[in-house]
Amino acid sequence: MATKLKSKTMPTQYGRLVDCFDIEAENGQDERSRSEKKTAARRFLVDLQLSDHKIECFGCPSNGNCQIQQDALATGIYRTTFDVPKHSTVGAMDTSSPFIDYDPEKCILCGRCVSACHLKQNRNVLSIAGRGFNTQVAADFGNKINDSICESCGNCVFACPTGALTAKDHRKYRDWETTKMQTTCPYCGSGCQINMIVRNGEIVDAEPANGAANKNMLCVKGRFAAYRFAASKDRLTKPLIKRNGKFEKASWDEALDYVANRFSQLKADYGADSLAGFSCSRSINEDNYALQKMVRVGFGTNNVDNCARVCHAPSVHGLGTTLGSGAMTNTVKDITTDVDVILLIGSNTTEAHPVIGAQIRGAVRNGTKLIVIDPRKIDLTNIATLHLQQKGGTNVALLNGMMNVIINEGLADEKFIAERTEGYEKMKALVADYTPEKVAKICGLEPTEIIKAAEMYARADKAPIVYCLGVTEHSFGTEGVMSISNLALLVGKVGKPGCGINPLRGQNNVQGACDMGCSPFDLPGYQKLNDPKTLPKFEKAWGTKLNPDIGMTSTQVLPAAKTGKIKGLFIFGEDPLVTDPNTSAVREELASLDFLVVHELFMTETAQMADVVLPGLSYLEKEGTFTNTERRVQRVHQVMKPLSGVMDDFKVFCEIAKRMGGKMDFATTSDIMDEIAAVDPAYGGISFDRLKAHPNDGLQWPCTSPTDPGTPILHVDRFTRPGGKAVFMTLPYEAPNELPNDDYPFMLCTGRELYHYNTRAYSERTPGIREKAGKGRDLSYIEINQINAAEMGISDGDKVRVSSRRGTIESYAAVGDVVQPDAAFMTFHFPDGNSNFLTNPATDDIAKCPDYKVCAIKIEPVKA
Amino acid sequence: MMATEQTTNAILTARFAKMTNPAEVPTYVDLAGYQGLQKATTLDTAVLLNELETAGLISRSGTGENIAAQWQALAKAKGQTKYVVCNANEGEPGSFKDKALIQKDPLAVIEGMTIAAYFLKASQGYLYVQGEFPEFIENFATALNNAKAAHYLGTNILGIPGFNFDIQIMVSGGGYVENVADAMIPALEGRVGKPGRKVNLVKRGLYGAPTLVHDPETFANIPVILRLGGSAYRDLGAKDAGGTILVSLSGQFQHPGLYEVALGTPVQDILYQADYGGGSTTGKPFKFIHVGGQAGALATPAQLVDCAYTYSDFHAQHLTIGCGVIVAMDDSVGVVDYLEKVAAFYCAESCGKCLAGRVGSVRIKEQLQKFQRHAGVPGDLRYFAHTVDHVAERSLCPVGQSIGNAIFSGMKLFPDEFKQSINWDAPETKEVPW
Repeated sequence: MATKLKSKTMPTQYGRLVDCFDIEAENGQDERSRSEKKTAARRFLVDLQLSDHKIECFGCPSNGNCQIQQDALATGIYRTTFDVPKHSTVGAMDTSSPFIDYDPEKCILCGRCVSACHLKQNRNVLSIAGRGFNTQVAADFGNKINDSICESCGNCVFACPTGALTAKDHRKYRDWETTKMQTTCPYCGSGCQINMIVRNGEIVDAEPANGAANKNMLCVKGRFAAYRFAASKDRLTKPLIKRNGKFEKASWDEALDYVANRFSQLKADYGADSLAGFSCSRSINEDNYALQKMVRVGFGTNNVDNCARVCHAPSVHGLGTTLGSGAMTNTVKDITTDVDVILLIGSNTTEAHPVIGAQIRGAVRNGTKLIVIDPRKIDLTNIATLHLQQKGGTNVALLNGMMNVIINEGLADEKFIAERTEGYEKMKALVADYTPEKVAKICGLEPTEIIKAAEMYARADKAPIVYCLGVTEHSFGTEGVMSISNLALLVGKVGKPGCGINPLRGQNNVQGACDMGCSPFDLPGYQKLNDPKTLPKFEKAWGTKLNPDIGMTSTQVLPAAKTGKIKGLFIFGEDPLVTDPNTSAVREELASLDFLVVHELFMTETAQMADVVLPGLSYLEKEGTFTNTERRVQRVHQVMKPLSGVMDDFKVFCEIAKRMGGKMDFATTSDIMDEIAAVDPAYGGISFDRLKAHPNDGLQWPCTSPTDPGTPILHVDRFTRPGGKAVFMTLPYEAPNELPNDDYPFMLCTGRELYHYNTRAYSERTPGIREKAGKGRDLSYIEINQINAAEMGISDGDKVRVSSRRGTIESYAAVGDVVQPDAAFMTFHFPDGNSNFLTNPATDDIAKCPDYKVCAIKIEPVKA
Repeated sequence: MMATEQTTNAILTARFAKMTNPAEVPTYVDLAGYQGLQKATTLDTAVLLNELETAGLISRSGTGENIAAQWQALAKAKGQTKYVVCNANEGEPGSFKDKALIQKDPLAVIEGMTIAAYFLKASQGYLYVQGEFPEFIENFATALNNAKAAHYLGTNILGIPGFNFDIQIMVSGGGYVENVADAMIPALEGRVGKPGRKVNLVKRGLYGAPTLVHDPETFANIPVILRLGGSAYRDLGAKDAGGTILVSLSGQFQHPGLYEVALGTPVQDILYQADYGGGSTTGKPFKFIHVGGQAGALATPAQLVDCAYTYSDFHAQHLTIGCGVIVAMDDSVGVVDYLEKVAAFYCAESCGKCLAGRVGSVRIKEQLQKFQRHAGVPGDLRYFAHTVDHVAERSLCPVGQSIGNAIFSGMKLFPDEFKQSINWDAPETKEVPW
């Protein structure tokens, strides 16, 4: 080619053709110098901005923390010099949302909220709409925020530099009156870091902090509903002893003596194994450790458990068996950053773990392909490449089918299997039977869907499996978990970045409660009772003789109460009457106990049945740690003064143990963590002092020594299972315990929704949550397919009667296509129709986790 | 559409009157159509580029780029995929040359784009066109289909293996700012048509690939250059740029309409000669003309007595030929009133992205309205001048940056009309803080 042509571009055709002409100056010459003009430009822009801004700083929540105020201060322009006949033509303030206000007249249209909504929350609710002077931020296509698909995560509010987007909570305080204190969110297992905003000792608001798992994001519960409950007027403040059917206030001494005496008496009469304790996986690690120690040292039994039993116990048992460690193998960041495929099984992530859900949406936006295996059309199916909408309770068959495809197509990682696993041949022989055609029939899918999913997962370089309670809460939940383990091992996707097997733990500290040994099988650190080395170690550490017998799980303790085997029960922060399956039976079982103690924040339904109710402290009133789903031990700080007259929870446990003759004393929770580090090798390097240096990322166990930086990815070189190899399990498909029949033709699945959390003890004490929850009615609902609804003459919002073999409740129909025909879905958040009156208490054989996900029901319209 | 006049050397409008159905390929071919493409396929790329350089073609979109230099840069640009885009989003008030070409000679535009595609080895082209004129779009679509049927588009064009090119029509939502590549490229990609990242068409244009963007008139010139040869084309025009240009005359002309004018024609001829504008409707001399569109500046006819219609002559007068728009007004029109309408246009066409364009344009209009009411006080004119100056300096894209051209030239030419709007006895109320 010829030499470079001289670009004979004509001199600027547009742009500045004509210089400024000042008629009032001599010769029209502009008298300002270039640099004068430049510095004046900033003043001009501030003036221009103020001419289009609703200036009401005294009434504005962002007063003192506002970009416009800063610019005004920097330039000295405090009011506009323009004769402004009117402000901008944008609409009025939008106060429709219970959490967020948007005032377009204070908006500078910087677009940060839009970026937060699109690029962080990945929800695409907000956008900049309109043109010119009419430009404004709009939700959806110009709806009110409350009528849009906004989830009220509040991340846009955090991004807003002015008073345009503000939290309603912010109306009542100004930033300069407050201090911030970082702590860990008390809702799901994501482990988000929150900055609590405190004014005069009272928490007035919360905002996201830059934690490793949440990256400056929160969900609606963490942002708006994580603190109000602690200052609720109905908190328990004094120990209560039930006398003649009525609770009477008692002093701590009196109550603790009474509790210790009654338990001691039962122990003397019926033996130590007639007592049991349930721990609280919402509370800090230190409390959980103290509680299990109280049960083991004071009560003298291993009948201790926590609510993982009714959620992820199958993961702990299943992955413990196959890999050696029952926890998420990789980190949230790792499985949502630069991965090729995410295989999501039985997890409604965007509602149950919203911040992780947002990060999955982000991964998909960045090109990750998503495979969703779920009987419901959950939100994530909208962006999924593939949705395998299988029949409830067919996980094992489906996973066996996928393995069949992988083996037959030669996609198995033979090298990995040979070097790092055992038991392959037997499993291979079994899955040979599970052809896609056969499995498709069982699951109600097309064979091609199964083949495609298997190929996509197996061929991807980086593909994590993410799963949740849709896998575990079945009458074969542990088998489901082990099948997932089989699948990942088959393609060698374990122990590598961007891969792994990742159970999303349900509660903030359910991982920690399991780690702390709140389990009838394990002492702290999953040290097995049946390992001969374990007991002597702990007897030495605790300086006392321990009961060598494996205890009962919570799902065994309650039935045993009815048979008289269990006489006394200590429940710390659980509400089994609401959460456990088959409510009517649970009520009977609790009633047949000789002595029930409930240690709680509020007078829950279970607490009402107790003989003694002890007041507890919330996570905002303690120093301690939570362990999130990715094994990250993070600090919980005392943000507010403990409620007057309420004892530290761990001190209560120490006192009871001591009064029962046990040897147990701690001065602070820091001391407890030191003892945990001494007895649990995985926590060996963790201490409060060390966590001070990791305010945002905590420490991930195994962290064995004070110099160990923690372990983001498990099983990198060897599995923690004895021998260092993982094992394939041979698992035939079995049908769920209870299937629909002519009398009970619908298959009911239960789960959570975004706004409420479990028994709603925390969430219901924030009024805005109740406005949004339960389809905006804060009442229970049952999702029914539109085809069934039409057949039965039920319209959306109609009252329906729902019955199973165990009970009957009334609820409201939510008609649509989220569930398949002949399936239904309910949550257990709502007292007006708690699905647990219906659910099946049948448990799986290994982890004893009940089958919340499949039970047979019938639905009838209720005539008004 | 207003009357279209022919000049002796018509090359762009030559076919306009001769074709009953301009979308038909045989008619087009009979009238020297596709000779340019035939020629192009016989030439070496260096020779082709040389022809363009000799022709001295300047972009008719108003940006004033040298087309040959632009083609060379794009030919050198790295990337397997390159795009050819015709930006027919003609939003300039008073400009109707692109609409005329799309309607009356669509195949010339298509042929120009096809030559560009052959030169750049591009296989996909886009026509970005306003949605307000569905009949033009339909006409262009018919022409596309006809060209495809006649194998002038599609695969193996003219039987040359591997010469594949297709054009897709993308209908725009309309928006003046989308004449600027920074806003047009995002809009073409399906995003909001506002300037976002700075688009470098050579390095990262449409979908991140090197992209050639011209207006229809520029594309229509390409086949002519190849057909006539670069030097013959150049001889049609002036010394700084070759060829003819379509001029849109509107305002108070006796004969408003679209004219094909050789570059270098005296401006006075265009304004007053009976073949062209024919003077004012009232017979009075023109008070001022506004050249180059809303973004251009005002001038008096007296100022242009010795001025030819060329890029360099106009630049010497701080004017621009732009996209060939000339709006003329006689002395019945007040300059403040005229400029208020210009400011109103900027308000309406601000995309809303930057503060200066969004709010500044409104504040300028409000101040002009104050002058219209004769409600000004001493100091207001300086305040106004500084406002306009800052808005022009602080705007993000060429739309806002050009807001001062008409206003400052108007103030310079007719200061008395501005002074009349001020009550000079009133106290000076305001010191200009910036």
